[in-house]
Amino acid sequence: MEFKYDERVLKPGYTSCLGCGEALAMRLVAQACGPNSIFTNCTGCSEIFTSRYPASSWAAPWIHSLFENSAAVASGVYYALKHKGRMPQVNVIGTGGDGGTADIGLQCLSGAMERGDDILYVCWDNEAYMNTGVQRSGLTPLDADTTTSPAGKASYGNDRPKKDLPMIMAAHGIPYVGVASMGYYRELAPMVKRILQIRGPKFLQVHVVCPLGWKSDPAKSAELARLAFETGLYPLYEIIRGETKPHRPPKDGWRPVEEYLKPQGRFRHLFRAGNAAERITRIQALAAANIRKFYGPDAVPQFAKDAEAKLAEAAKATA
Amino acid sequence: MAPQGRQEILEGAMAVAHAVARCRPEVIAAYPITPQTHISEELSTIVADGELQAEFVKVESEFGAASVCLGASAAGARAYTATSSQGLMLMAEVLWNIAGMRLPVVLACANRSVSAPLSIWCDHQDADSIRDCGVIQLHAEDAQEAVDQHVIAFKAAEDRRVLLPVMVNLDGFLLTHVFEPVELPDQALCDAFLGKYEALYKLDPGDPMSFGCFTEPDKCMEGRWMIHDACLRSAAVIEEVSAAFARTFGRNSGGLLEEYKSADADTVLVAKGSICGTIKDVVDELRDKGRRVGLVRIKTFRPFPRDRIVAAVRGAKRITVVEKGGSFGSGGVVTPELKDALYDAGLRIPVSGFCVQLGGREVAPDGIQEIIDRVEKGEQVHYEYFRLKKAILPDLVP
Ligand SMILES: Cc1ncc(C[n+]2csc(CCOP(=O)(O)OP(=O)(O)O)c2C)c(N)n1
Ligand code: SF4
Ligand SMILES: [Mg+2]
Repeated sequence: MEFKYDERVLKPGYTSCLGCGEALAMRLVAQACGPNSIFTNCTGCSEIFTSRYPASSWAAPWIHSLFENSAAVASGVYYALKHKGRMPQVNVIGTGGDGGTADIGLQCLSGAMERGDDILYVCWDNEAYMNTGVQRSGLTPLDADTTTSPAGKASYGNDRPKKDLPMIMAAHGIPYVGVASMGYYRELAPMVKRILQIRGPKFLQVHVVCPLGWKSDPAKSAELARLAFETGLYPLYEIIRGETKPHRPPKDGWRPVEEYLKPQGRFRHLFRAGNAAERITRIQALAAANIRKFYGPDAVPQFAKDAEAKLAEAAKATA
Repeated sequence: MAPQGRQEILEGAMAVAHAVARCRPEVIAAYPITPQTHISEELSTIVADGELQAEFVKVESEFGAASVCLGASAAGARAYTATSSQGLMLMAEVLWNIAGMRLPVVLACANRSVSAPLSIWCDHQDADSIRDCGVIQLHAEDAQEAVDQHVIAFKAAEDRRVLLPVMVNLDGFLLTHVFEPVELPDQALCDAFLGKYEALYKLDPGDPMSFGCFTEPDKCMEGRWMIHDACLRSAAVIEEVSAAFARTFGRNSGGLLEEYKSADADTVLVAKGSICGTIKDVVDELRDKGRRVGLVRIKTFRPFPRDRIVAAVRGAKRITVVEKGGSFGSGGVVTPELKDALYDAGLRIPVSGFCVQLGGREVAPDGIQEIIDRVEKGEQVHYEYFRLKKAILPDLVP
């Protein structure tokens, strides 16, 4: 088996759901960091499924404090080790879900990044507050049905597009920002090893599927995550010392967003009869903008351009 | 034998900063807020001048400050922060967590009113409102005590029988911004007294462990009890450490209580903080006139020194608590705790509670004397906002 447990870091037996992307990505990232690391964790699914007292899945040193302070706790660990002359020999790794990172924990994260603390912060982006029962977060995508952004007779679900957290991080001028996906799980370990060579604050966001929250097939999590990228809805890239390096584009070309949306219960309402087609056009236009941003105007496929044109026309008609 | 130190005229906050530096914290994280700011400014200067080898972390908030201290302490470093009022409120969630994870972080609270209405001036509602979270609370009467209590705080917090955060309270402006003669603890004595901090448990790849696991109902209560128990038992440690401090430095700045002319007093006042200086002046004056008045000063508010207070007041005919705080919709904070202790001791001494100096309102000696006169005439009040200016209340207030 290529993805064996490294029991010096994480032991098997934790209680995540079947097909949990957060569990997979966390293990691969943590193992790549290795046992000579100290991990901090926001409150959230990964914290709960690894740390029921008196057992802990963590064989490497690990601390969970609160929902919103993982980055600041990591900073505290970093300064303690620095003072004791143990940096950068030890990797200090802050982790948290999208809620703990992009919403309630954004302030602590911004502080750590702006101060230049030599830590790697990793956000598991499953696009909602899963641990508390699938509520909307700032990283929930447009039109996703969650328990606090429900689709209904007068609602298509979440009414805002995702907050662009990686760009917010990049605006801090930090040496490394990366967006990865559990869909390309083989890339995670080498990527993390490379990142850890960089001194200073580093931010990595990993797109992880939550079959429970997304109402998707647990056997197809990795496939679904790849579709998020291949449709242009979840761009993957690195910004290393200010230079943006997009992930190589999908081998077989960009795909229509329906292929990503359809297998997920959280977007089911978009495929019911009615005027939801216009919503899908809107989502397709978001994908077009992402593709244009990272791969240039020529890379945008015709069906995506058509969606943009349709939207523009509709806007003109209402104006 | 205690050496003869050198007194300097120092601003309270500056003196505290220099005392903290002599305790050699390894990580300091603090955020500006009046009236605490001079402590952290001075500490950052001490670090910038290379006089103290420490990491001064420029945090984005008090929430961040407390969280950085938590992480640093968990990684085995001596950690310090200082705050006031709104900052303490913002730290509250982290303070519970620091105490729960048994991390000996030391902090100062330059006591200040909590908004609204916004006021930068002193009262104790900030400290009082976090009394339940497992943070040990010391209260200073003057700058010298604030200085010395910091040394005691580090020693008591790090004692393995305690392992809890300790907060030194000093009244905002009244102590932080006033210049007083202060003797700073000698560096060599301080080093010998505190020693290097060696964490019992820490985040260390060489000996990995998990901090902050969650518990099910079958275990959580025991974890909470251990905090309660450690906090209760810290009383003996605080006394022990304070006695050792007195032997080493020649000053009696710590301890649980101060009994000031209270042994034979008919009227005993109970208070904490700098107002006790004023109360002592009034006690002296009344004693000169033959009135049997005394003060029991709370120096350690958490753990609450129940037995010691009961022993100190049991001969009184009446007790009057002078508080700089209260609990809206209930009454005092110190007053009910005192009554609770008396009740359990089977004592039915009349107790009055007076709320004074909220938001920095001054109480001159004549105010204290008025309170004493009233209770000595037989008046007993549950909890009264003393000298409330009814005339300036809006009309809709009945
Ligand atoms: C201050 C605070 N507010 C709310 C909560 C409740 N809470 C715990 S975890 C969580 C959601 C976690 O979501 P996310 O960070 O996305 O992690 P996930 O569970 O999805 O991995 C919430 C709302 C809390 N623990 N603390
Ligand atoms: S709810 Fe989602 S994120 Fe949480 S353990 Fe289950 S699959 Fe993983
Ligand atoms: Mg989430």
